[in-house]
Amino acid sequence: MSVIGTPLVRRDARLKVTGAAPYVGDLVVPGVLHGVFVTSTIARGRIAAIDSTAALRIPGIVQVFTHENMPRFGKIKGVPGQAFLLMQANEIQYEGQYVAFVVAETLMGARDAARLVEISYVTEHPRVDFRRHLELEETVTDFAEPDTSVGDVRAGLAAADITISSTFRTADRHHVPMEPAGTLAEWRNGDLLLHDATQWGYGVRMVISSALGLPQERVRVTSTYVGGGFGSKGFAWPHQLIIAAAAMTLERSVRGILPRALTFTGHGYQPATEQEVTLGAHRDGTLLAIRHRSVNPTSIGDEYPEYAAMGTRSVYACPAIETATRVVRVNRNVPTPMRAPHEGPGMVALEIAMDELAVVAGVDPVELRLRNYAETDPTSGLPFSSKALRECYRIGAEKFGWAARTPAPRSMRDGSTLIGWGMATALMTTFRFGSAARVTIRRDGRVVIETGTQEIGTGVLTIMPQIAADALGVPVDQVDLIYGDTDLPEAGGTFGSATTLSVGSAVLDAATRLKARLIELGGEPELSPAEYTEVLKLRGLEQLTIDGGWSPQQGNEYSMQCFGAVFAEVRVDERIPIPRVSRCVGCYSVGRIINPRTARSQLTGGIIWGIGQALLEDSRVDPVTGRYLSKNLSGYLIPSHADVPAVEAYWAEEHDPHASALGARGVGEVGAVGVGPAIANAVFHATGVRVREVPIRVEMLL
Amino acid sequence: MPTTFLNVSLSVNGTGYTVSIDSRATLLEVLRGELGLTGTKPGCEHGECGACTVLVNGRRVLSCLALAATQEGAEVTTIEGLAPLGALHPVQQAFIDHDAMQCGFCTPGQVLSAVACLAEGHASSREEIREWMSGNLCRCSAYPQIVDAVFAAGRAIVEGA
Amino acid sequence: MRFERASSASDALAKVALAPDAQFIAGGTELVNWIRDGIAAPSLVIDLSPLPLRGIRRDGGVIVIGALERLADVAAHAMVRRDLPAVAAALEAAASPQIRNMGTIGGNLLQRTRCPYFRADAPTACNRRDPGSGCSALEGDSRHAAILGWKEACVAVHASDLAVALLALDAVLVIETASGPRRVPLAEFYPDESRPFGPETTLGHGELIVAVEVPLDVAAGRSRFLKARDRASFEFALVSAAAAVAIEGGRIVEARVALGGVASRPWRLWETEAALRGAPVSASSIDAAVTAGLAGARPLKDNAYKVELARRVAAAVINQAGGAA
Repeated sequence: MSVIGTPLVRRDARLKVTGAAPYVGDLVVPGVLHGVFVTSTIARGRIAAIDSTAALRIPGIVQVFTHENMPRFGKIKGVPGQAFLLMQANEIQYEGQYVAFVVAETLMGARDAARLVEISYVTEHPRVDFRRHLELEETVTDFAEPDTSVGDVRAGLAAADITISSTFRTADRHHVPMEPAGTLAEWRNGDLLLHDATQWGYGVRMVISSALGLPQERVRVTSTYVGGGFGSKGFAWPHQLIIAAAAMTLERSVRGILPRALTFTGHGYQPATEQEVTLGAHRDGTLLAIRHRSVNPTSIGDEYPEYAAMGTRSVYACPAIETATRVVRVNRNVPTPMRAPHEGPGMVALEIAMDELAVVAGVDPVELRLRNYAETDPTSGLPFSSKALRECYRIGAEKFGWAARTPAPRSMRDGSTLIGWGMATALMTTFRFGSAARVTIRRDGRVVIETGTQEIGTGVLTIMPQIAADALGVPVDQVDLIYGDTDLPEAGGTFGSATTLSVGSAVLDAATRLKARLIELGGEPELSPAEYTEVLKLRGLEQLTIDGGWSPQQGNEYSMQCFGAVFAEVRVDERIPIPRVSRCVGCYSVGRIINPRTARSQLTGGIIWGIGQALLEDSRVDPVTGRYLSKNLSGYLIPSHADVPAVEAYWAEEHDPHASALGARGVGEVGAVGVGPAIANAVFHATGVRVREVPIRVEMLL
Repeated sequence: MPTTFLNVSLSVNGTGYTVSIDSRATLLEVLRGELGLTGTKPGCEHGECGACTVLVNGRRVLSCLALAATQEGAEVTTIEGLAPLGALHPVQQAFIDHDAMQCGFCTPGQVLSAVACLAEGHASSREEIREWMSGNLCRCSAYPQIVDAVFAAGRAIVEGA
Repeated sequence: MRFERASSASDALAKVALAPDAQFIAGGTELVNWIRDGIAAPSLVIDLSPLPLRGIRRDGGVIVIGALERLADVAAHAMVRRDLPAVAAALEAAASPQIRNMGTIGGNLLQRTRCPYFRADAPTACNRRDPGSGCSALEGDSRHAAILGWKEACVAVHASDLAVALLALDAVLVIETASGPRRVPLAEFYPDESRPFGPETTLGHGELIVAVEVPLDVAAGRSRFLKARDRASFEFALVSAAAAVAIEGGRIVEARVALGGVASRPWRLWETEAALRGAPVSASSIDAAVTAGLAGARPLKDNAYKVELARRVAAAVINQAGGAA
């Protein structure tokens, strides 16, 4: 039996349950200095004066960096989280912007000194609420086209028996990984070694080396364990650059860990969206036209479009589809991708609209989606690389018990508790990144994989050895993985649900080549794994190393998407109508599963993110000052244990022959899609109240 | 801002220590900074996430809200001292068996909170476990697996006893 | 920051008199955050944990709870669970198990508002942090703000669940002062809003809560507490309510009702109580009484929902205390 598909225990589980897994804040470096950021208290204006005199009197203070004494950064290469560089000039574009970096021998000393940095500002009135400035909307192009159009939407709507046209809102949300981002920058004889809480070490290296004018080979980025990212640690952000610059300037090691409050402004967030969806359909629910338009806030200095209509381009068979994406610049930090970007907020709108259509057409919500099932991508016209969504609807509905649903709102109850069942489709674009890997077999039979990927909780430490072991035919416990270091063969970032398919395909390639080379060296057409070490001995080799790689060149003639069918049950007390999820079932079409144990955790984790999106997460912004109201975990609510009921994730058996060499697509994000609208639709079914906004709060149901 | 230092004597994982600390230091800062016990994690430093949970005199508390100066004579158990070196507490084993972690940053706090939750008798059902583990947030959202692990560990401890 | 350990209540009072900004510390779950966020910067902190202000005992017609009893221990105490169920329920709905293992009864009643402007990581206009700087919540985000009693100086709400239950049970605080002990009904412990930048409690500097006394009666024994919040656990209340109701012959003979999350202090619904006295235990009479009690509600732009939510939560808890579902 293949080790691929086996639910092996997470290799780092023991280290994690014993507290022995080292994160950036845990590393011990002699003589390390501690850095603390001072942030702007205004959202727009400029620094009139900054005075470090009092701060510099604190015992153990080393330096107070401000825009006046910070090295000037060079032209940035690569993909920074924000192009607007901090502490280079006196301009303030958002509240929370770094205005000083205080370095001291102790953390307490740095904190004390940071309070004593005196700053006066010239304050201008900030633009805060993008919804009040929709007239300023702009088109941008990031990595995708902002607008798409196929067919004649106007004609489709004119011919429609049923038209649904609604406005939807999603809230500003923050990643808040349990480990706040942080960097330990070691200065070693002119070389910079960064231990970083990052999802993309190579990305950090590119940005830092270019900004500091250092050749790439003099900057090395490592990450051992990363305490969650969800996108927040995907790019190089200002703190990494400033900490590195401080280490270089002082020629000392400097560590800076963001306090929780700075995880709200120190890196991006998922922006709120204002979306309009118009559906035109035949009486039986068959779609004739879809128009989906989305606007989100971005920062003054950077463009981040949330392509909320992305999923709408591919999800349903429909002859006419128009999508549009716009941004409005406000005095806030720049948004960034967050677990299930684009489709995550976007499918909330489309799938609530589909539920409205199901109600008007009098069609069961699952049946409505089957009637509009897309056999090919309706916008690009391309075939799907692989799609088992029909199977997902079937399995999901069966596991949930959907057939017992009575369609009328308020028709299911348990005493004074209203019960609602809702469902939605999930869809998430498949991202793919070029990656390299090296595989070595040693004379003692041990196999070592080297690839510079990151461990953020996804399970790569377990999955990559499974892939190599399978390719080589050796026991998986004979395979080690070395990772998390830019000195290793370059792997893509740990985001976009792309690691298994991208890095995994590179590992597969290297392992396959290694086996071929061993066979070649053995001189026989066949070679059993037990004979590998014999070949090495025969050839006088201590070890044999082969480099491999994978790049997403093939398969571009396909539309690649991850799919899912999500079913949710909510319970709402009639008198005190606070919605609570009591059950959630998702079934997914994600390609081949390498490790069912870690894959299931990724998918259920995603579903719980969807519960947070649906009912809790809302990073409110003060409408006057532009500061996040609650830069903490008591005001910004993420689900707790008590919010999470029985959650079940299933998948259709599938092997995608086009998306990657492995047959896999991705599991990291699709789980977080479709849950929000499934819950919103369940709330409608329970209460009869149609809420077109998440999170859904008690005030919307009173 | 003059810093005031004082001495505090406390026992951590069975070993006695007398440490000179800043009067404002928290138990979390002393465990990590002075004693090198970095298994206790700073997640929010405001008592809002549970990542820094430790046992003090057998009860689960948040080390980020415990002023170290008030811990004179305390018996502290951190994740490093939960089981003898090389061994695992049944709760740790159950977390491994149920994949009750992802990034692992909240895990030490979850484990210690679970040990106390079981000792308190607040683990008779999954529903009760959910409520009594709610002081420990997990952004990766391994909640269902954690609840399964705590439930299973409870049974294992009962059967083993 | 100097740190001292108190050896007795009188020693604590003597020490706290040494500095006008001196603070007591017990569980630390509030003070440590204030210090970290710059809300307080005491030059002297006096540790109360060595003091023997413990114990939960019955003394005639009252239950006396030592001020240093931990929230978790009070919630788990058999006598409290049996005779003061609203107190046990309020405590178990508070914070998290870890915090309930740390926080004390006395400290809980002294917690300050969770208004996000007050708790901001960087200074924002807030009259409670900097008297005269203004109230950001008034023009800002007011979803969590007060609906009752507020003045323009401050629209923040009180955060304690325990205080709501104790208020409905007519609890009395025993306070040690340099001139001897005094006893203050909880209803008078939190001043009304008439002084714009006034103190948040009537506890003077140099005074110490040593015990809480809760009168025992039939109504207390069937008291109930309810908490409405966005998150299912580990969150402060949007609205909470406690009720103690006595019924004879199908009619309410006594009702005491308090709301949380609606005002700068736990709020007694005196008008509701008056309207309930003598009324039948029926949903309509209870609804009418609660509506009367909330007639003075003045919501802000983001919290109109709280009036209706408070109405429903109060009615539900009265129904429960009165023996209905």
